[in-house]
Amino acid sequence: MSINRLKDHWREQHMFFGRLVAAALITVLLSGLLMYRLVDLQVVHFEHFSRLSHGNRVRIEPVPPVRGLLLDREGRLLAENRPVYQLELVPEQVPDIEGTLDELVRLGLLDTEDLPRVRNQIRSQRRFEPTVLRQRLDEEEAALFAVKRPRFPGVDIRARLARQYPLGEIGAHAIGYVGAVSEADLQRLDTANYAGTAQTGRTGAERAWEHLLHGTTGYRQVLVNAQGRTLQELERNDAVPGHNVYLTLDLELQAVARQALAGRRGSIVALDPRNGEVLALVSTPAFDPNLFSTGISGAQYSALQNNPDQPLFNRALRGQYPPGSTIKPLLALAGLHYDVMDAADSVFCPGWFSLPNHSHRYRDWKRTGHGRVDLEESVAQSCDVYYYQLAMTLGIERMHEFLGWFGLGERTGIDIPGEQPGLLPSREWKRTAFRARQDQVWFPGETVITGIGQGYMLATPLQLAQSAAILANRGRGFRPTLLAAVENPASGERVATVPEPLPPLRLQPEHVEDAVDSMIAVVHGPRGTARATWSDASWTVAGKTGTAQVIGIAQGEEYDEEATAERERPHALFVAFAPAENPRIAIGVLVENGSSGSATAAPIARVVMDHWLQRTAD
Amino acid sequence: MAVSQSVFGERHAIGLGRRIMLGLRLDGPLLAGLLLIAAFGLVVLWSAGGQDPGLMVRQLIRLGVALAVMLAVAQVPPKMLRMWSPWLFGVGLLLLAAVLIAGDLGGGAQRWLDLGFVRFQPSEIMKLAVPMMAAWYLHDRPLPPRFRELLIVLLLVALPAVLIARQPDLGTALMVGSAGMLVILLGGLRLRLIILLAAAAAALAPVLWHFMHDYQRRRVLTFFNPETDPLGAGYHIIQSKIAIGSGGLFGKGWGNGSQAQLEFLPERSTDFIFAVLGEEFGFLGLALLIALYLFVVGRGMVIAFQAQDTFTRLLAGSISLTFFVYVFVNTGMVTGLLPVVGVPLPLVSYGGTSMVTLMAGFGMLMAINGHRNLLAR
Repeated sequence: MSINRLKDHWREQHMFFGRLVAAALITVLLSGLLMYRLVDLQVVHFEHFSRLSHGNRVRIEPVPPVRGLLLDREGRLLAENRPVYQLELVPEQVPDIEGTLDELVRLGLLDTEDLPRVRNQIRSQRRFEPTVLRQRLDEEEAALFAVKRPRFPGVDIRARLARQYPLGEIGAHAIGYVGAVSEADLQRLDTANYAGTAQTGRTGAERAWEHLLHGTTGYRQVLVNAQGRTLQELERNDAVPGHNVYLTLDLELQAVARQALAGRRGSIVALDPRNGEVLALVSTPAFDPNLFSTGISGAQYSALQNNPDQPLFNRALRGQYPPGSTIKPLLALAGLHYDVMDAADSVFCPGWFSLPNHSHRYRDWKRTGHGRVDLEESVAQSCDVYYYQLAMTLGIERMHEFLGWFGLGERTGIDIPGEQPGLLPSREWKRTAFRARQDQVWFPGETVITGIGQGYMLATPLQLAQSAAILANRGRGFRPTLLAAVENPASGERVATVPEPLPPLRLQPEHVEDAVDSMIAVVHGPRGTARATWSDASWTVAGKTGTAQVIGIAQGEEYDEEATAERERPHALFVAFAPAENPRIAIGVLVENGSSGSATAAPIARVVMDHWLQRTAD
Repeated sequence: MAVSQSVFGERHAIGLGRRIMLGLRLDGPLLAGLLLIAAFGLVVLWSAGGQDPGLMVRQLIRLGVALAVMLAVAQVPPKMLRMWSPWLFGVGLLLLAAVLIAGDLGGGAQRWLDLGFVRFQPSEIMKLAVPMMAAWYLHDRPLPPRFRELLIVLLLVALPAVLIARQPDLGTALMVGSAGMLVILLGGLRLRLIILLAAAAAALAPVLWHFMHDYQRRRVLTFFNPETDPLGAGYHIIQSKIAIGSGGLFGKGWGNGSQAQLEFLPERSTDFIFAVLGEEFGFLGLALLIALYLFVVGRGMVIAFQAQDTFTRLLAGSISLTFFVYVFVNTGMVTGLLPVVGVPLPLVSYGGTSMVTLMAGFGMLMAINGHRNLLAR
């Protein structure tokens, strides 16, 4: 030990010990702080961190339910779920991604156009998650790939369920279709229950009974690592499949109706007047709903959208047309009901009608006139002058009230979405519908033309069928429905729906029979407008033709002479029910620009009615 | 029969085992503490490293090398340690400069020097060379040092620390700096000056901030509010707190820590291994490890207490307390008490050079203890 100048060893050692003790104290203090922290984390907040840790490693994945089937009234498939083959690639399992993609293009299993999207997806996704190369392979392509699969490690076909509509175009507007769940849908739907659902009902029955068809989403708890890779399934709560929905539609009748309208723009609605069941609901032209359920391309969709014949437009529910002469039997019934005339009262038809003190002549469709016609003849021959007169006698308010009882001017309440109300004019309506004061006044001339279902008046094909059905059932109407029964797929329990009656109309039975008789005369009478179609009838049919003037070309439509000429032709309409005394079917037929109710619409109605009456005859 | 003086000064007969220990100048309690920590560390590493036998073998080899170095250093008489101090310090300084000028790129920072057969970090030498140098400078001067002497010794500590911080390796710079500062503090720095230095450090903080790299600033900011950046810089702290907190009192069991095993916890086998331990062995496991660390630190302080001259006293005190600083900085970081600084958990974290340096330091403690003059004070 060396002793330095001025170095006081005892004092230095003493000071060192003091410092060492202080350091030891600080050490103990800091250790205490650390222990306090550990107690805080591991004891006090244990629950909190335990939950966070659990949330880290356990992910809840939805298990989407299998969508319920749609079936027709006899249990035939209208919409089902079938596997479609999807080509997928798992990047981490593919040794040479570019080479693999090139080879798949060479085999025709992958489109060159899709390559940028696929490459982008492979880059942005997790390496162990599959990238969809193609949404859909047909059977042949799937088989081709299956043979070559050993050459493509990491590429595989996966079957997934997609909605299929075996009827294709035939049922498009009634059955509807499913499409991808959108942001807007999630506002409306239960987000939790749709967590794993890719598609939801967009239109028609698919949309109306979405809540029954969808089912309940199940969940599975899986263990994941920090990269999100699923390691193990911990718990599973199976999905409950959706209910099978039986529609009132008859697959065969639907096909017959669709066939009868082939090549035309128009609509047919057939109801069972005894309960409101929709037997057939057709709108043409139509589209293939399978396009929507398997992923429609932008080009396909815009082709449908831009088609001037509007195949996506559901004419049966949304097409609003002047009903024309089809309302004449109802107005005749109104005349009897309000006791402004008798069935036997006759009117002389010179071929025109004019209001007192007015020079304007309202022409009959028959220039030479019908001569003297009573109620039955006025309907059978569709005399316009008779109804000009009657309209003036009834007045617009009573016409409005009475036609409303038959479902015109308001939605029938059919249970598939999108229905339009049509238009039943009145003084009140005109006051609110127009801006300019001079337009808000109701003119007597407007009452006159309402008498033959022209002017402001509009009705949908469904409303035409419904008005026929209410008359057919002698004033006891039902709300139109497409829902026949709901079946629980697990238990097989099937619950049929109960028809929903409308408030019965208080009409004199003999008045109703007078109106029905006049409609029978249309079909079977010697001068009936539809007699040619039913010259060899097996059933007594009550019907009424209609030929409705088309109001000018809508603004913004391109002027094309040939097309315009065709589109300026009047619409052809026909309403009917049969057998007249105990009806099993009521029908409304509309053919856009079909020229003539008797020549175009009536034969179509007959085909459909005959099919149903034969099928149900016993 | 050899006669020894125990910690508490009683004389008694000793057996063969103790004779070997004495011959090898090993300190039984210190060795036992270190071996227990290392063994516990290996158990945790098996789980934290993903049950990788290769990793275990590499760590075992490293431990073996480190123990051998400790054994070798223990044989060096403290007098020689003192004499080598300036030389070691000088060589270390030169190497640090070399690293800055021509260092290989390692992990985005210049820390490594490639000597052809081995790559090592000169900053590791400084972990021991700086306290040795400071103790060497102070040992023959009257203490507490005069102001001019203090400035010189502060410069001796600050120069390597700044060079290391420039690499940039804030964690090591901090450790080297605190090892040197501990010598100065133990050497008898006046209380007034301690306060003055603390104030100066506080004043220098904004300057330091100015010279910090972006990632270092982010770490500091993240420390104050980890939740602002849950997927970025705050991720480490959040996941590590979840791991420790969810371990509870008894832990989830060995190999059952979901945070660690499912890789939510980053750097689980290195800087954040303390969180793995906390998750799988719970509060009890952590408390046991901390107790072992405190035992080692305490034993080191006893050795410093018994040291017979200023140099060994200061060096032993600094080595023991620096060891505690390591433990506290790492555990404080992992538990979210301190900002994220890349400091491994001594003897437990998987890693290379730092373990050898650490054990070399304990070798010095043993040398100081084992070469003590056996005469009573």
